[in-house]
Amino acid sequence: MDKVYLILALSPLVGAIIAGLFGKKIGRAGAHWATIISVAISFVLSLFVFNHIVLNDAPTYNATVYQWLLSDAINFEVGFLVDELTATMLIVVTFVSLMVHIYTIGYMHDDPGYQRFFSYISLFTFSMLMLVMANNFMQLFFGWEAVGLVSYLLIGFWYKKPTAIYANLKAFLVNRVGDFGFLLGIAAVLMYFGSLDYAEVFAGAADHAETTIAIFPGIEWSLITVICILLFVGAMGKSAQVPLHVWLPDSMEGPTPISALIHAATMVTAGIFMVSRMSPLFEWSETALSVVLVIGAITALFMAFLGLIQNDIKRVIAYSTLSQLGYMTVALGVSAYSAAMFHLMTHAFFKALLFLAAGSVIIAMHHEQDMRKMGGLRKYMPITYWTALIGSLALMGIPPFAGFFSKDTIIEAVGASTIAGSDFAYFAVVAGVFVTAFYSMRLLFLTFHGKPRMDEHTLHHVKESPKVVTVPLILLAIPSVLAGWIALSGMPFGDYFGNSIVVFDQHNSLAIAKEMHGGEPWHFLTHGIMTLPFWLVIAAIVTAWVFYIAKPEIAGIIADRFSGIYRVLSDAYGIDRLYYAVFAKGSQLLGRGFSSVGDARLIDGMMVNGAANSVGRFSSVVRRLQTGFLYHYAFAMIVGLLVLIGWFVLAR
Amino acid sequence: MAIEPVIFYFFATILVAASVAVITVPNSVHAVLFLVLAFFTSAGLWLLLEAEFLAITLVLVYVGAVMVLFLFVVMMLDINFEPTREGFIKNLPIGILVALIMVVEIILVVWPNFGLDTHGAPIPHGADYSNTKELGSVLYTVYLYAFELAAAILLLAIVAAIMLTLRRRPNNKYQDPGQQVLARKADRLRIVKMQSSPKSGNGAES
Amino acid sequence: MISLSHFLVLGAILFCLSVAGIFLNRKNVIILLMSIELMLLAVNMNFVAFSHFHGDIAGQIFVFFILTVAAAEAAIGLAILITLFRNRRTINVGELDNLSG
Repeated sequence: MDKVYLILALSPLVGAIIAGLFGKKIGRAGAHWATIISVAISFVLSLFVFNHIVLNDAPTYNATVYQWLLSDAINFEVGFLVDELTATMLIVVTFVSLMVHIYTIGYMHDDPGYQRFFSYISLFTFSMLMLVMANNFMQLFFGWEAVGLVSYLLIGFWYKKPTAIYANLKAFLVNRVGDFGFLLGIAAVLMYFGSLDYAEVFAGAADHAETTIAIFPGIEWSLITVICILLFVGAMGKSAQVPLHVWLPDSMEGPTPISALIHAATMVTAGIFMVSRMSPLFEWSETALSVVLVIGAITALFMAFLGLIQNDIKRVIAYSTLSQLGYMTVALGVSAYSAAMFHLMTHAFFKALLFLAAGSVIIAMHHEQDMRKMGGLRKYMPITYWTALIGSLALMGIPPFAGFFSKDTIIEAVGASTIAGSDFAYFAVVAGVFVTAFYSMRLLFLTFHGKPRMDEHTLHHVKESPKVVTVPLILLAIPSVLAGWIALSGMPFGDYFGNSIVVFDQHNSLAIAKEMHGGEPWHFLTHGIMTLPFWLVIAAIVTAWVFYIAKPEIAGIIADRFSGIYRVLSDAYGIDRLYYAVFAKGSQLLGRGFSSVGDARLIDGMMVNGAANSVGRFSSVVRRLQTGFLYHYAFAMIVGLLVLIGWFVLAR
Repeated sequence: MAIEPVIFYFFATILVAASVAVITVPNSVHAVLFLVLAFFTSAGLWLLLEAEFLAITLVLVYVGAVMVLFLFVVMMLDINFEPTREGFIKNLPIGILVALIMVVEIILVVWPNFGLDTHGAPIPHGADYSNTKELGSVLYTVYLYAFELAAAILLLAIVAAIMLTLRRRPNNKYQDPGQQVLARKADRLRIVKMQSSPKSGNGAES
Repeated sequence: MISLSHFLVLGAILFCLSVAGIFLNRKNVIILLMSIELMLLAVNMNFVAFSHFHGDIAGQIFVFFILTVAAAEAAIGLAILITLFRNRRTINVGELDNLSG
């Protein structure tokens, strides 16, 4: 199996190198064939691994492939840990990646950076595979940073567009904040556990459950809590949780396939995956879990609100992604890791679908992204419409689409949990359901229903996208419908993940939820339509219909009536402005201060010129000693001798 | 009463007096002569210490060569010593003070620590003892390299002194051995073909 | 009886006299050189005395080398003096301040 894993991980890298370095030679077709084949190999092997690990119940594979260096008995190595968790992620990553590769042929058709783009997305796939297959923290960090790097490259793919450059810089900087916490967490792990290997660290977690450390003198903190929160800070950056979420909406400046691949399906889920992987650590710290829960709940609800007032079709989906990531984080907080992974998987399918559908619309609209200039596209783009509808229904949580099962599982788990903050989280996720359904329907209504609002010329050219675009849509629509039904009884409620996820009995909210509502799809479904969230969705659909189809003028009136709230929302709670004012301006101020005081005055003034000046001043005094008269030097010598002898005599 | 203290104090008194004279007399020629006296008395003291070879060397080498060199230089250079005396009186108190402090300090260290109780009188050598032989046997074995070095230093001093004082006068004629060695036959000898003069006739014209 | 201390004190007195000589005659290079010779004599006195009282010939070897080096020093010193006088027409140290900073 070693070879299989190695090929699985390295194949996209080979594709990326071919497309990146020899892009000019092999041409556009060559580039997309090289990368698509390489990712297809990975996908097929992922299926094989999935079959091997999950269906045939093979033992977990955990081995070192390459020892990078050995320093002071600490191993830095490249190794693979493949268990049920990894196998699931492999499927999700390679499948979505493959779909996006195919889709890109259509979307980037006229772009001059065609080969470069394929190289980047293959490189990204490689990074993501390294991340999920890691068996140690170092490789995890490598994958973590590599996806961040590729994300930076891809957001700024259109590097002549100033907003894209601004957005990729922002994404990079915000991720640095998270990565810094992540790195500190890894450092703390290395310091106290003396190893970077998952298995060794997890085995040692119980020994360190009572260990406390004093970060500030006098205040003792539990070691595990500190480590977990630091690691979660990393996850907050990568998975765009409040308050490090600001980069994700702006990252929509990148090409749409990227939004689907990176900012919906894979990279942003790295944080969720990481926390699930670290479940043996997080379980020891209820404090850390509460932090995770509250952060997730805030993200889930408040980011959903922002989706309500966006007019850019991609930004609506971006805020929706933030909100859904919040749901996953909430699930992590209540120890329902498998529910989080379940939602991660279904979300990857339907969110990628939504993004690609939005991309299809954007192609048809000649790269117009404002929903106010769309409308009535249903009859021009039937495939896109139907797949987008499926994606939206899944997102809203209408049974029996995939999102219904995964989202309801999370809600039930939160309802069953007793951890601190779970009441607030329950309110947030339930309220979030209404908001989610509302903005999803708003997107559908504004884009596909009603009267066309675009100009004549554009309307004349609107047509269904080519096959390379629609086939991935259809292929993604299938799991968006079915994945929930199939996986429900196994993944969150069954023993699907085996030993790869650890949940303590006192935290096991999923078990309680299962007892109350049953773990079978049919049972779950019949129970689900009796509960509050389902009726909230129905209510939201009706409201949205009234607002945007029946009486479109209402939306404007409401916006006027509640202009205060509207302004706050369209300002995204002012977080961007706050960051700009505090951090950007602050660091500018700091930089200017350092430049004028530290550099100009202290270093240049005092140390560089000051040293020269003081030497000059000192020597202008000392040069008087250098009379040039022999007897003065002799005198100095003799006085020195006198003193030395005197010291010798007195010291005895 | 033994004879040694008498000899010691006699020579020591003359030595100190001569030294004082060296540093105080206005005339440099006199100073050199007093220095010669100081060396002579030192040699006497060294004889008391059974260092016969060094005592003789001091007289022969120092007095005979170095001091004569001094004398020679002082007399050769036509020096007006008046300006060099200025500040002598002004410096006298501080000079005496420094010397006094130093001497008191040294005596404080030396006097109590090197008495007869710690460093007793050495065993006198027999009549057949030869200081010169003793010195030579060590000098040419243990200190051979140092001895060679000393020779090199002397050679260096000779070369340096000559180089420092050598003066090329433009009007003087010098030999240049290097040029002489490099000379070739062609530089010096010129063979001229000429008509052999007729045996008879009036060759006196040519 | 004459002890080692007597010779050492004599050496100290000689040494301090030469130091005072350097102080007093600081304008006259020749006297300065002579003071240095006197200083070396004081040191030699100590060496010979130690050699005698310790019964170790090494001290006298040392004096031998000091005499050698002192002779060389005197020769070079006087050579410099002559060159100096030839160039500056003076041996007054007070006028030799080319190195003044």
